[in-house]
Amino acid sequence: MMFNAPETQKMNANVAPVSIPDPASVALPKTFQTVRTPDPEPRQVRVHAKDVSVFYGPKQALFDVSIDIPEKAVTAFIGPSGCGKSTFLRCLNRMNDTIEGARVSGTIQLDGEDLYDPKLDVVELRARIGMVFQKPNPFPKTIFENVAYGPRIHGLATSKTDLEQIVVESLQKASLFNEVKDRLHEVGTGLSGGQQQRLCIARAIAVSPEVILMDEPCSALDPIATAKIEELIDELRANYTIVIVTHSMQQAARVSQRTAFFHLGILVEEGPTEMMFTSPAEKRTQDYITGRFG
Amino acid sequence: MVAHTVTSFDEELAAIDRIIRDMGHFSAAMVQAATVALLEGEQDMARRVIADDAVMDARQRELDERAITLIGKRQPMADDLRTVVGAIRIASDLERIGDLAKNLGKRVAAVDKSPASQTFAHSIESMAELVQHQLERVVDIYIERDAEALVPLRADDEKIDVQYTAVFRELLTYMMEDPRNITACTHLLFCAKNLERIGDHVTNIAENAYYVMTGSQLPANRPKVDETGTQPSLA
Ligand SMILES: Nc1ncnc2c1ncn2[C@@H]1O[C@H](COP(=O)(O)OP(=O)(O)O)[C@@H](O)[C@H]1O
Ligand SMILES: [Mg+2]
Repeated sequence: MMFNAPETQKMNANVAPVSIPDPASVALPKTFQTVRTPDPEPRQVRVHAKDVSVFYGPKQALFDVSIDIPEKAVTAFIGPSGCGKSTFLRCLNRMNDTIEGARVSGTIQLDGEDLYDPKLDVVELRARIGMVFQKPNPFPKTIFENVAYGPRIHGLATSKTDLEQIVVESLQKASLFNEVKDRLHEVGTGLSGGQQQRLCIARAIAVSPEVILMDEPCSALDPIATAKIEELIDELRANYTIVIVTHSMQQAARVSQRTAFFHLGILVEEGPTEMMFTSPAEKRTQDYITGRFG
Repeated sequence: MVAHTVTSFDEELAAIDRIIRDMGHFSAAMVQAATVALLEGEQDMARRVIADDAVMDARQRELDERAITLIGKRQPMADDLRTVVGAIRIASDLERIGDLAKNLGKRVAAVDKSPASQTFAHSIESMAELVQHQLERVVDIYIERDAEALVPLRADDEKIDVQYTAVFRELLTYMMEDPRNITACTHLLFCAKNLERIGDHVTNIAENAYYVMTGSQLPANRPKVDETGTQPSLA
């Protein structure tokens, strides 16, 4: 049930939202205070979001979400389908700008810099904050070109050998190089699902991002391919700030250091992952992660 | 507690709870029977207690299997995870209690039926009653998920230690009075030690139960009881 929802939402993106009152959302206090548990060892904050609300036309999808996302760590967003995880993730690299009728309010900063500053170059921003989607979406080009594209348009390579080096390094960091080194000039869409997803991660890495956002990156993959991506996420954590949306509680527990639980557009609770999955502070978090609703 | 979306998950957890309850009541009955056997010199009853230990072992294995299957199948989280891991640990304490009750049963043959031995045996009677009562209580509290009730329960465990000290002194006195008492009293001393260790397992169970219910540890400072008094200082 919850697995297909993001797809349908994407398809509905341009359809005027129908406002069916949701009885559950009516009951929610809008002044809900997120329950927060800090890390035992504080981490450096990279992304700071304050009172972020998002509207799709008349419908409010997020209510005053505030969260600090630390560097060199994986933050997982969990919650039932439609609770606003992808909406919030898209706020972090202004992908909502591309959705007609979407309106974002509040503050989001990367290292203290306002992401919604009108003077900010959005293309450059999306290089600094890369995104990996649910369905692997390589360009219909060669493996090499898929990775070379970003560095080329951002002018990151000064020579051909320079560019080659970036491509190879990115593929290595994405744990894909050994599998594709003999066919860099074959099309990327010919790879397996898991390889395509790692190719997309290599593509994101190639432009040296600071933050990598992943929206259910494994939901279209088999368990082995999933394990490889999880292993990769764990390696990337040392150098990047990673945010992952996942509908798999076990995945969140395995890959993340902090977990944020969303419900009905509200950030209910956020805290160290270990604590969130062994003894969360909020009853709603507990009920969701133990499979009592959603 | 809100039910799981998958109802068989609730049933599996309930089945594990039932085994804990059964093991708790069964081991308390073993302690009681072993005590009666000791006090009355009932050899048949003692042999039954010894044989009953196999039932405890089998129940513990069953619980372990169910718990491991549940973890594999459901990957429980939060309170469910604590419940399953806690149940494994509680069952292991209960199984040890079964072993200790069996040890009590084995001593019955050694403590003969002479009137003197019977008199000495009565020194451990109230201690055995208290241990058995604490054991039943901790399991009932666990089944009812009444975390607060565990705080005074653990405080009461101190009483067992106090009684053990008293029994130890009393038996020592009998031995000093007449060296012919030494054999019987030594066996009874081991019995008292077994009872005291059962009390320690009850404390372990209380601590695990508290963690299962709350996600935090039972408040650390055990209230001190003075050696002569019977009232713990904590209400
Ligand atoms: N493009 C859109 N247009 C209108 N409503 C949308 C759009 N995208 C998402 N929504 C709505 O916003 C809410 C949150 O959606 P989303 O962020 O996709 O949730 P999640 O990722 O947690 O499943 C849902 O009610 C969804 O229907
Ligand atoms: Mg989504």
